[in-house]
Amino acid sequence: METDQTILERCDLWGCIQCGKCTGGCPLSFKTTLNVRRLIYEALVEGDVNPDGMEELWDCTTCGTCVLRCPKEVEPVDVIVALRTELVDGGIIPPTIRDALTSVFRYGNPSLMQPEERADWAEGLGVKSISDGADVLYFVGCIPSYDDRVQKVAKALVKAFHKAEVDFGILGVEEKCCCNEVRRVGEEGLFEYVVEEQQELFSSCNVEHIVTTSPHCFNTFTNEYEGLDIKVQHYTQFVAELIDNGKLAFTGELNKVVTYHDPCFLGKQNAVYDEPRKILQSIPGVEFREMDRTRDRSLCCEGGGGRMWGEGTNPEERLATSRFEEVLSVGADIMAVACPFCLLTFDLAAKAGGYDEKVQVTDIIELVAEVI
Amino acid sequence: MPPKVGVYVCHCGINIAHTVAVQDVARAAAGLPDVAVARDYIYVCSDPGQQSIQDDIKELGLNRVVVASCSPRMHELTFRRVIQEAGLNPYYLQIANIREQCSWVHSERGSATEKAKEVVAAAVSRARLLEPLEEREVQVTRAALVVGGGIAGLQAALDIADAGYIAYVVEKESTVGGKVAQLGLTFPTLDDAGTLLGEISERVEQHPNIEVFTNSELVDAEGFIGNFQVKVHRHPRHSDKGAHSDNAEDLAPAESVLELGVGTVIVATGFDVFDASLKPEFGYSVYDNVITALEFEQLSSPSGPTGGEIKIDGRTPEDVVFIHCVGSRDRNLGNPYCSRICCMYTAKQAHIVREKLPEARITVFYIDVRAFGKGFEEFYDQVREERVRYRRGNPSEIYRRGDRLVVRAEDTLLGKPIEVEADLVVLAAGIVPREDAGQVAGPLKLSRSEDGFFMELHPKLRPVDTTTDGVYLAGCCQGPKDITDTIAQAKAAASSALIPLSLGRVRVESVTCAIDPLLCSGCGLCAEACVYGALALDGRTGLMTANQVVCKGCGACATACPSGAIVVKHFTPDQILAEVEAAI
Amino acid sequence: MGDMEATLVIGAGIAGMQAALDIADAGFKAYLVEKEPSIGGRMAQLDETFPTLDCSSCILTPQMVSVGGHPNIELFTYSEVVEVDGSAGQFKVKVRKKPRYIDVDKCTGCGICAENCRLKDRIDSEFNVAMGRRGAAYMPFPQAVPLKYTIDGEHCLMIQRGKCGKSPPCRDACPAEAIDFKQAEEIVELEVVAIIVATGFDPFDAQLKPEYGYGVYEDVITGLQFERLSSASGPTFGEIKLDERPIKDVVFIQCVGSRDRTLGNPYCSRVCCMYTAKQAHLVREKLPEARVTVFYTDMRAFGKGFEEFYDRVREERVLYRRGNPSEIYRRGDRLVVRAEDTLLAKPIEMEADLVVLAIGLVPREDADDVTGLLHLSRSGDGFFMESHPKLRPTETEVEGIFLAGCCQGPKDIPDAVAQAKATASSAIVMMSQPKDKPAADQE
Repeated sequence: METDQTILERCDLWGCIQCGKCTGGCPLSFKTTLNVRRLIYEALVEGDVNPDGMEELWDCTTCGTCVLRCPKEVEPVDVIVALRTELVDGGIIPPTIRDALTSVFRYGNPSLMQPEERADWAEGLGVKSISDGADVLYFVGCIPSYDDRVQKVAKALVKAFHKAEVDFGILGVEEKCCCNEVRRVGEEGLFEYVVEEQQELFSSCNVEHIVTTSPHCFNTFTNEYEGLDIKVQHYTQFVAELIDNGKLAFTGELNKVVTYHDPCFLGKQNAVYDEPRKILQSIPGVEFREMDRTRDRSLCCEGGGGRMWGEGTNPEERLATSRFEEVLSVGADIMAVACPFCLLTFDLAAKAGGYDEKVQVTDIIELVAEVI
Repeated sequence: MPPKVGVYVCHCGINIAHTVAVQDVARAAAGLPDVAVARDYIYVCSDPGQQSIQDDIKELGLNRVVVASCSPRMHELTFRRVIQEAGLNPYYLQIANIREQCSWVHSERGSATEKAKEVVAAAVSRARLLEPLEEREVQVTRAALVVGGGIAGLQAALDIADAGYIAYVVEKESTVGGKVAQLGLTFPTLDDAGTLLGEISERVEQHPNIEVFTNSELVDAEGFIGNFQVKVHRHPRHSDKGAHSDNAEDLAPAESVLELGVGTVIVATGFDVFDASLKPEFGYSVYDNVITALEFEQLSSPSGPTGGEIKIDGRTPEDVVFIHCVGSRDRNLGNPYCSRICCMYTAKQAHIVREKLPEARITVFYIDVRAFGKGFEEFYDQVREERVRYRRGNPSEIYRRGDRLVVRAEDTLLGKPIEVEADLVVLAAGIVPREDAGQVAGPLKLSRSEDGFFMELHPKLRPVDTTTDGVYLAGCCQGPKDITDTIAQAKAAASSALIPLSLGRVRVESVTCAIDPLLCSGCGLCAEACVYGALALDGRTGLMTANQVVCKGCGACATACPSGAIVVKHFTPDQILAEVEAAI
Repeated sequence: MGDMEATLVIGAGIAGMQAALDIADAGFKAYLVEKEPSIGGRMAQLDETFPTLDCSSCILTPQMVSVGGHPNIELFTYSEVVEVDGSAGQFKVKVRKKPRYIDVDKCTGCGICAENCRLKDRIDSEFNVAMGRRGAAYMPFPQAVPLKYTIDGEHCLMIQRGKCGKSPPCRDACPAEAIDFKQAEEIVELEVVAIIVATGFDPFDAQLKPEYGYGVYEDVITGLQFERLSSASGPTFGEIKLDERPIKDVVFIQCVGSRDRTLGNPYCSRVCCMYTAKQAHLVREKLPEARVTVFYTDMRAFGKGFEEFYDRVREERVLYRRGNPSEIYRRGDRLVVRAEDTLLAKPIEMEADLVVLAIGLVPREDADDVTGLLHLSRSGDGFFMESHPKLRPTETEVEGIFLAGCCQGPKDIPDAVAQAKATASSAIVMMSQPKDKPAADQE
C-alpha cells in the first residue's frame, strides 16, 4: 500500500451515504471518541484525513461490525487500518504494539517468546510433525503455543483429535504468527513478508487441509492469504463434523448450564455461528442457553485487532463487564468461547470484575475434552 | 298509489349485529306506518339477501325499500339495481346507515339498538315521500381536447387517437415538446431527451386522428362531459402540423378563434421553473457563473452555446457546486412541497460534469437525497462512485472572493460552517405552478390544491380525474413529476377520457335541482353559489335556468336562494323534514 | 356479451381492480384473476393512507364492491393463471380455480362454518400478518369480496387426513349445505386481447436483518403489522398495544431491507418514509404522551402533499433523528435501539417499548412463475421489466402484455392507480381496433 496516496484513494468509500450504521454498531463508540462514520466523511469531503494525534485509532478491535452492517458495501474498518498504516509508517505507534510487531518480525510471535520453544506444549502428547506427512495440519497459533492458559485449549484439541483418530501434524518450531493482527494494526509490509514465508512452508509440507485453534488465523488464511489453495477450517467446524459423522463420541456428562460467546472473527466476519452451538448442544448433560446478544448481534470481547497488545484510550470500562452481566442473567455456569483472544480477555476481566467465582470462562474444546 | 315499504335490516356478519339487536330493529320497523314487511338478514347485500328483496317487491307489491346497513357509499348502487330489476324506480330506495353511523361508533348495545331504530324510522318516514326520478344519458362527441403539447399532452393524445378517436392538441408555443425539448440526457438511464421526444412527436405528426394547433390557447369552454364546446384562440405564426417547424415563412393569416366540439378534455399544461432570483442569497442573475439546472441543460447540450463544453466565459471550471432544493421545501416562498425531480436531475448533471471534466471537483449540497424511483438509488450510488461529493447542508449564501465564488454552508454532518470555492454553481430550481394556470382553470372550472397545482378529484384513488366530469389531468400541472410518471399519468388520463368516448354515451346525474319559475326573481345568487356553472339567467324570461346535465345536485343553490325557489330533487324539504321529524 | 373484446387482469389489488374498472366502464370485458379468496390486495390491510389520512378500507371497500358488482367484470378469486398461449389480440388463457370446498352459490357468508371449524384460531391469519388467527374455514376479512367463506385445503383436517372428528363440524353446522369436500379444481379457458399483470409485491422479510431482532423480540414489529395493530378492525381494535405494558417510547426505523446492497436490494422502496410518517402520526394521535422517534437516512417526502405532511408530523412532536440504527438488544424488560445520531456525530442508545421496522417492498416470491408464463423479463432489482423506463413504463417486451402497480417496482397508491389506468388505456386501445386489422395499419 502506498501511503503517499490519500485515504480516499486507498479506501473505497464513495458508496457511503453517511447513514451512521457503522458507528451506531461500533462496540467501542461509546467508550472512546472513535467515530468511523465521521472519518469516512472527512475523507470524502476533505479528500484526506490526518491521523496525527488520533490515539483513538488504536481503540478499534477490527471486530467487523461496521462492515457487516453497512448497507452500501463500504468497509469502514479499512479507513482505520489505513490510518494506522500511516502512523506505523511514520513511526507513531504505541510502544507495546511496536514491541509486538518487532517480536513477530524477529521471533515469529508477538510475545517475545523463543521460536524454538513454540512446540514445547506438545511434548509427550504424541503429536507428530506435519513434515512426516498427515491429512491435516493443525495450525496452533501463537497464544495457544505459548500462553499457559491457552495451551490447555491446544491440548484439549489434541485429545479430541486422537480420540477421533485424526491423522494430523503440526509445524512445530517452524510455525509462525499468521499475522492477522499484524495486518490490522497497519503493518502491511510485515504481513506480506510473513505470508510469503508461511505459504512456502505450507507448500513444502504438502498441506491440503488446515485446522486452526484461533478464528483469527482462520480468518486471515481464508480471506487474505492470496492464492492459498488449501481447505481451511476453524476447529469448531472440524470437530462438529467429527461429531456428526460419529468419529467423536462422548463418554461422560457435563451437567452445567452453558452459554456461548461468538468470537467476532468467527461469527460476524465469517458467519460461522452454528457449528460451535452444535458441539455444545451435543455434549450430554449440557443445558445450552443463548444470551440476548448473540450471533450477528454478538458483542466484541475487545481483544482483537491489536488490542491485545495495547490498552486503548479507555481501559477502565470493559465491554466484557456487560457480557458477564448477560451471562449471569441467563443463569449460565459456563461461558464457552472459541477463540484464544476471547478466552484471555474474558479471563482477565472476570478476575478484575470479580466474576470468576460465578462464571467459568472456558473454550468449547476444553468442555469436549472433559467428556470424551 | 299509497306507499308500501319493505325494511331490510342487515347484520353485516357481526359488524352490526354485535352491537345492535337487529331483530328488535326489524320488529320495531314492522310497526311503522306503511311498512308492509320488515326482515333482518346476515348479509342483505349477498345474493340471497338481494333475492328476498326482489321476491317481496313482486309478491307483496312493495313500492319503497329501506335497507338498514352500511354507508350508502358502499351499496346504494347495488340496491338501486336490485329494486330496478324487480320493476321499481331505483330512487324508491332509502339506505339507513346503522353501521358507520351506529354499530361501529357505539359500544353499548341497548342505546345503540335504540339509535338504530330511530335511524330506520327516519329512513322509512323519508322513503314514504320519495319520488321517482328519471335516469338520463347524453350522447358523447367522440373527440378529445388536449390542452398542452408537452410530453404528457402528446402521450395522452396518442392513446386517444390510437383508440380511434380524434384528439385536438392545443399548444401555446410555436412547437410542441414542452420542457422535455429543452433537456439533454434523462435520468437515470441517460437516454437522450430529444430522441425520446422525437419518437413521440413523430407519431403525433403522422397520426391521422390528431390535429395539433400550435401558437394557440384555450380561451373558453362551455358544456359538460360528452359535449364540450371549446374556443381556441389561434395567434399568427401558427403551424398546424409541422410540430418542429420554426419556419417564419410558415405564417398563418391573422388571429382567429376556432370552435371545437369535444366529449372530454385533458389538461396537460405543465409547469414553470422556479425563478431563482427569488432566492437572492444565491446571487443568481448577479453572478454569471451561478446558473439554473435548466440553463445547465443548455450548457451541456451539443447544440448549446458552447457546443456541449462545460465552459463559463471561455474558462473550464475546476470546482462545480450543485445546490438542491432551490425554491422547493421552502415555506418562506410559499413552496412547501418537494419538486420531486431535482435530486435526480442534479445527480445526472453531476454525472455529466464528471464525464466532461474528469478532473473537476464536484460537490452536491443536499438535505435529503430523494432517489425513490426505479433505478434511482442505483444511479445515485453510481454518481457517488464517480467521485461526486455529497455534502449534507443547504447553503446559505454565495459571494465573490477574487475571481471565484464562495459557497457558504454548514456541513451538518461535520457540524461545522464551511466555505467551498466554486467556478460554477448550478441551482436545482424547483417546479412551480404555471403563472397562467388561471387561464385554463377558469373555463374548465378546475380547483387548485394548496400548493397551487391543479387539484385531482381524490389524492389516492382518483389522481387524474377532477371535480369537473369529463376533464382530466396529466403531467406536472397536477404536481411535479418525472417523465416516467408523467407518461403513466398521461395514459391514465387518456383511460379516463376514453371511457365516455368509447361508450358513446354518458349517464348524467338524476338528482338535480329544479327551479320554480313562480318563485324565482332572477337575482342570480344561486349562480354565484354553483361551482359547476349549471345555473344561468335566461335573458328572455329574466329567470334562472338550470342545466340538468351539468348540475350535480349538491344543493348549494337551494340554500343560497332567498325566495326558496330551488329544490333539489330527492332531497326536497318535505322529504328532509319528514326524516328529521321521525328522528327527533 | 360472449363476443365482447376482453382483457385479462392478473391480480386484484388496487392496481388490478382499477385497471379492470376502467376497462369495464369503457364497455369492454375484464377477467380479473386473484390468487387469494378475496380481492383487495395489500391496501385492504392498511389503516389510514398517507398523506390525507383517508381510512384505507373506507375508500377501498366501495371500489371492491364496484368491482364485485360490475356487469362487465368477471371475477375469478382463489384462482391462478396456469397457461397462456397465443399473442397480442388473441391470447388463450387457462385459469385454475382452486377448490374452496364451499359452494359459493349456496354460501350466505354467515360464518357458522368458521365458528365450528376445529382449527378455529389455530392458523396465523395472513390478513392480520400473524397478529391474529383464523381457522381452516375462514373469510380473510369482513369486507371480503366475494363475501364467501373458503376452506383452506392446506390446513383443513378433512382434506389433509380425510377425516375431522366423527364428522366435520363445519359441514354439520352449515345451514346452507354449502360445504363440499369433494369439490375439485376447475380449469376455465378464456380468450383475451390483452393481459395486464398486477401481481403486486411481497413485504421484505425483516428476519433477514438479524441485528434488529425481529422474530426474537415481540416488541419489534413490521410496518405492515403496525397497520393491523392500528386498524380499528385489527386484533387490538386499533389500540397501540402488544400486551398489558404501557407504551411510552416508540421507535421507527426506516430503510429496513431497502437501499441495501448486501441483501441485493439496492433500490429505495419509495413508500416507507411516508408510511412511517403516517404511522408516527397515528401513534401521536393514539398515545399523546408517547415519545415518538423516527430514524432516517434521507427523508423522501416527494409526492403531492408529502413534504407538507412530513412538516406536520414533526410539528406533532415526532423526533426525526438522522441515522440508520445498527442493532437492537434487551435491557431489563425494555428494548434498546443503538444508533449513531449522525447530526450529533454521537453514538446513542434509545430505550423503546415498541420498535416498528419500515420494511421495504420486494419482488414477489412467485415472480418467476409469472415471467415464465408470460415470457416477461425482470429488471436488475427483480421487479418486472417495462419495455422502456421513460416512454413505455407500463408496457413490456411482449406486445399486448402490460404492467400495473408494484409488480414493476415499488409505488404508492396514487402512482399505482395512475399506472393501472395507463395499462387500461393501452388495453382499451387494443380492444378498440377494428377486428382483423392490426393497430399499425389503422387509418
